[in-house]
Amino acid sequence: MKGRILGLAAIGVSLALGVASAARAQASDAVIDRIKAKKSISIGYREASIPFSYIDAQGKPTGYSTDLCVRVAATVKTALGLADLKIKWVPVNLQNRIPLVANGTVDISCESAVNTIGRQAQVDFSSPFFVSSTRLLVKSKSGVAELADLKGKSIALPINSVPERLIKSIIERDKLNIRIVPVRDNSEGFLALSTDRVDAFSTDDILLFGLRSKAASPADYEVVGKPLSYDSYGFLVQKNSTVFLSLVNATLARLAREGELQQVYQTWFEPLGVPLSAPLATTFQIIGLPE
Amino acid sequence: MNYAWNWGVLVQSPYLEWLGQGIAMTLAVSIAAWIIALGLGTLIGIVHSGASGMVRFATGSYINLFRNVPLLLQMFLWFFVVPELLPKAAGTWLKRDLPHPEVVTAIVALGLFTASRVAVQVAAGIASVPRGQSMAARASGFSTVQAYRLVLLPQAFRIVVPPLTSEFLTIFKNSSIALTIGVYELTAQTQKIQSFTYQGFEAFTAATVVYMTIALMVTTLMAIIERKTSIPGPTARG
Repeated sequence: MKGRILGLAAIGVSLALGVASAARAQASDAVIDRIKAKKSISIGYREASIPFSYIDAQGKPTGYSTDLCVRVAATVKTALGLADLKIKWVPVNLQNRIPLVANGTVDISCESAVNTIGRQAQVDFSSPFFVSSTRLLVKSKSGVAELADLKGKSIALPINSVPERLIKSIIERDKLNIRIVPVRDNSEGFLALSTDRVDAFSTDDILLFGLRSKAASPADYEVVGKPLSYDSYGFLVQKNSTVFLSLVNATLARLAREGELQQVYQTWFEPLGVPLSAPLATTFQIIGLPE
Repeated sequence: MNYAWNWGVLVQSPYLEWLGQGIAMTLAVSIAAWIIALGLGTLIGIVHSGASGMVRFATGSYINLFRNVPLLLQMFLWFFVVPELLPKAAGTWLKRDLPHPEVVTAIVALGLFTASRVAVQVAAGIASVPRGQSMAARASGFSTVQAYRLVLLPQAFRIVVPPLTSEFLTIFKNSSIALTIGVYELTAQTQKIQSFTYQGFEAFTAATVVYMTIALMVTTLMAIIERKTSIPGPTARG
C-alpha cells in the first residue's frame, strides 16, 4: 500500500513538473492552432465502452469520459478566448484510436485507454481519471478466490490484451498449472465462463462488474481476487502538443480539487454498484494540482 | 502523419518468432482443413452427381447448409454451441479434455465449410464430361464404379483444377477467422505484435506480404499441376 502511494505520488510530481515546464516553453502547438483555425474541437468517443464512452438511446455520445471532455472543451474555449467552439464527435475503436490521434483527425480521444509506456511512443496521455485492476470473474459456487486456486483448471483471457499479458506472466513466474483459453471479446469470455468451458474470466474489474450486472442472475457470479495490476486510464492527445495537454490536465486538476470529478464519478459508477475505491480517491487527490 | 515508423520490430525477438509461429499455425490449420475438404468434398460431390432420392437430398442439404451459413458463425457454433447440445459427458470432454480444442474446432469447421464448396465443383466437373462418355462406358460393360474411376473422374478432376485453385487459396485466407475462437494464427499474432509494440502498420504489412507469398506459391504449384494434367485435344478445353 505504501509503495503504491509513493508510486502515485511520483507520477503526480512528474506531471506537475511537466505542466509547469510546458507552460513556460511555448504559447501554442499544433492542436491549439488547429482548434483556433477550425473553431471546433474533435473528440473521439467509443460506441460501447460502458460507462466511459458509449452511445445513448438518442445516438449521442455519453459517459464518464465524454462528460469530462465536454468540460475540457469549455476550458479550451475560455483559454483561447473563442466566442464559439463546436464539438465534433468522431467514433473511434481499439484499432484506430491511436492512429487517429497521431494523425490529427482526433484532437482528444475520451474513452477508456490504459496508459502504457509502449503507447507513449505514439501518443501522449492526460492525467489519470480512472484506475482499474485486473481481477477474476468466477461462479459463486466455485470456491475460487485467487488466481492460485485455479491450479489444474482453466481461465479465459481476452486475446491480445493487457490483462492477458499480465496473467500469462504470473502463471509462468509461479509455474501454475492453469490452462489459458483465449477469447475474442468480453461477451465471449463471459459465455465461456457461463457454459463451464473455463473456471474464471479475467480482465479489468470495471468490465467484469459490467458483465456481472448484465447476467441473467448476477448472484451466480462474483468478482474475486486481490488486484493483480493498477491500470490508469488517460485521454489520448497528439504527441508534443504540450500547451493543449496542459489545458486538459488543468481541467482535470480543477475538477478534482473542487470535488466535481468525484460527483461525475458517482453519477456514472453508482448505478453499477462500483463505489470510489481507495486508490482512485488517492489518484484524484494527486491530480488535483493547485493553480 | 505523426506516426513513428519502426520496421525493426519485425526482426526483433520475440516478434519475429511470433510471426513465424503465426505462419506455421496458418499453414497447419489451412492444410489440415484442406485435406478434410478435398477428401470429404470429393466424396460428397461424386455421390451427389450420381445419386437420386433421399441420398441426393442428404448431400444437397449438406452443401446448402455448409455453403450458405457464414464461416464466422459456423466457427462460433462449433466452438460454443455444439458442446452444449451434446450429452453432458461428451460436451465436457470437448470443452475440457480435448487437447487444443480451439485448433481442432477451427480445422473441423474450416474443413467442413470448404468441403461443401469442393463438392459443388467436383459435381459440376463430373457433369461437364460429355454425356456420351458415361453412356459409352456403360455400353462397353463397365460397372458404375469402373465408369467413374476409369472414365469420368480422371477427366472431371482435370477440369476442376482451376476452381479448386481458388478454393485452396481461399482456405488460407479463411483460416484467419480461426482467431475469433482463440487460435493464434498469422492474423492473431500480427494483432498481438500490434498490441505489444503499437507498430500496427508494420505488423500488418508483414502479414499482407506473407499471405500474398503463400497465395503466389499456391498459384504457381497449381499452375504446374494444371499443365501436367491437362487433357490434350479439343474436348476438355474450356
